[in-house]
Amino acid sequence: MSDKEKSTSGNKMNRRDVIKGLATVPVLGAMAYGTWRKTRQDHIRSHKLAKELNMSAEEKEYTSFKHDGNTIRIGIIGFGIRGSQLMKAAGFAPPKTVQEWKDDAVKDSSNKRYSDFLKQDDLNIQVTGICDLFDVHAEGALAAAANIDKEGTGGNMGTAAKRYRTYQEMLASDDIDAVIIATPDHWHAQMTIDAAKAGKHVYAEKGFTLTMDETYVVRDAVKSSGIVYQLGHQGRQTESYIKAKEAIDKKLIGKINLIEVCTNRNSPNGAWVYDIHPDANEQTVDWAQFEEPCEVKHPWSPERFFRWRCWWDYGTGLSGDLLTHEFDAINQILGMGIPTSASASGGVYFYKDKQKGHYVNEIREVPDVWNAVLEYPDLDFSLLYSASLASNHNRGKTIMGHDGSMELGNSLTVYADRQSTRYKEKIESGLIDPELPIYTYIPGRKNVDSVATATEQYFAARGLLYTYRGGRRVDTTHLHIAEWIQSIREGTQPSCNIDQAFEEGVAAAMGIKAQTENRTIFWDKDTEQIV
Amino acid sequence: MWSLVILRIAIGWHLLYEGIVKLLNPNWSSLGYLMDSKGLFEGLFHAMAGNATVLNVMDFINMWGLILIGAGLIVGLFTRVAAISGIILLAFYYLSHPAIIGVSYAMPTEGSYLWVNKNLVELLTLWVVVLFPTWKSIGLDRFLFNKK
Repeated sequence: MSDKEKSTSGNKMNRRDVIKGLATVPVLGAMAYGTWRKTRQDHIRSHKLAKELNMSAEEKEYTSFKHDGNTIRIGIIGFGIRGSQLMKAAGFAPPKTVQEWKDDAVKDSSNKRYSDFLKQDDLNIQVTGICDLFDVHAEGALAAAANIDKEGTGGNMGTAAKRYRTYQEMLASDDIDAVIIATPDHWHAQMTIDAAKAGKHVYAEKGFTLTMDETYVVRDAVKSSGIVYQLGHQGRQTESYIKAKEAIDKKLIGKINLIEVCTNRNSPNGAWVYDIHPDANEQTVDWAQFEEPCEVKHPWSPERFFRWRCWWDYGTGLSGDLLTHEFDAINQILGMGIPTSASASGGVYFYKDKQKGHYVNEIREVPDVWNAVLEYPDLDFSLLYSASLASNHNRGKTIMGHDGSMELGNSLTVYADRQSTRYKEKIESGLIDPELPIYTYIPGRKNVDSVATATEQYFAARGLLYTYRGGRRVDTTHLHIAEWIQSIREGTQPSCNIDQAFEEGVAAAMGIKAQTENRTIFWDKDTEQIV
Repeated sequence: MWSLVILRIAIGWHLLYEGIVKLLNPNWSSLGYLMDSKGLFEGLFHAMAGNATVLNVMDFINMWGLILIGAGLIVGLFTRVAAISGIILLAFYYLSHPAIIGVSYAMPTEGSYLWVNKNLVELLTLWVVVLFPTWKSIGLDRFLFNKK
């Protein structure tokens, strides 16, 4: 700044002062103009794209289920890993566990397990009966059932539930309206049939049944009894699947020809090599009852009791356990039902090293790497499933069509295909770029439009955004149980009802049969028989 | 002198537009950015993201801070305060996502950085802007400062 300038300044403002003072203000005008042009262009593009895709803007709000009316009295059959998760989702956890969550929340404020548990809707249910063959688990379930105020250790406990030694005694009791079955698969069919006969509503874990033959009997028993049945595929409650269905119905990806789904895990727990409880012995476990449905009886084996998923006597392997989640996800979007044929293969390729603790006495029977191909010639597509329990390389769910493809997880992303017929002109005109998504759905976003920013997609894909719905983190298992309870009250059918369960069960049984018999298995839809 | 004014405007332009973009996007939240934080202050930034009230305040400060700082730098109004606030804001960005060895971010980057990244460069550049008070000559501050 020169002295000359300074001398001209002062109270008297001259022209030079004004020009210098305001010299940079027009830059704001340029910014405003630029922003307006850009916003307008983005708006026109997104409007044109939205018109072309015609996807609705509505999002399913978080609706709490109505739980008025009578208290529904629940019996819990099986309080292992899944059973305890289901009880938690229903609003019951042992004081010891609640205390651990409380302590964790104090240590780490980002740990929300405790507050999420407290925020869960009250379903107006009471757990009146417990049945578990292992004393330690049964006691845990009793403690959870009595913990009606969701307190930690030393809190007030409600009325104690009754422990039943057999589920048959529980079903015969008058103070049970409905049962949650979270036992090994080999018990699912008989328990569901007996519950239906006793007029008790059923929430059962997958796999639907252990064998193909059982699928028919269970379906008939449930249908003839009129009970409300829900199979435990909590994926039914995933928001993005609802949008995916709309996108498919509006032909965003055109004619579907290939679907790829997968499971990837890489830990002993994920591969069903669970811990063996030190207190489990022939005195604390009713082994004879556990083995009851088995044609060939086995001597007491804690390994088989806790790691039952590794043997065909009790479990359904990757087919019934994990393919079914993927199958049910696609089935709720496409409604494709039972495949015309299934082939499958795999093996025990990793968990076979005793030194590394992969097994104790008996090597597992069910594969840890397993693949299946389900064919739908009537619908002109194939469904590929591939799974590894020894690699975390996840490939997600992809639905491929002539006009585009869809990647599906908690969020939904649709891409146009470069050679698409439907989008040909739009791609040529530059409105659609096949490299960028034409539609993105991230649950919880305040406004749902076609284009999300790249950053948003990055965060969403990594689970850093919107694990909350309507401002709260929601457990899909809780929603799935809540839907079942609501259906019981209203006498309606829940989303994963017996028809859906039957389709899932048959598909899983075909997968197992295809692998164990090493041949392609066909389904005759007219006679409903495997050929 | 004019080169410093242009530099001031360029930084202001960048910050203002970042602010406007956030203002225009009703879905914008600093949640993802904070959750993506790594390094020494990771815990602090995650805690900010974990508390809904703090998060809202951070969103507000971020959005309007960028707009006011950006506009201030451009038109040269309360420029010194704006530039220093800008340095503080950029320091937060840098500390939440330091370009240290062995970390990678979900946040996409267009270049390669080791210790020094663009946030740091912009921060240091603003420091230069503070040291050379161009606003006393070019900018609305001229009216405020030269009245005495």
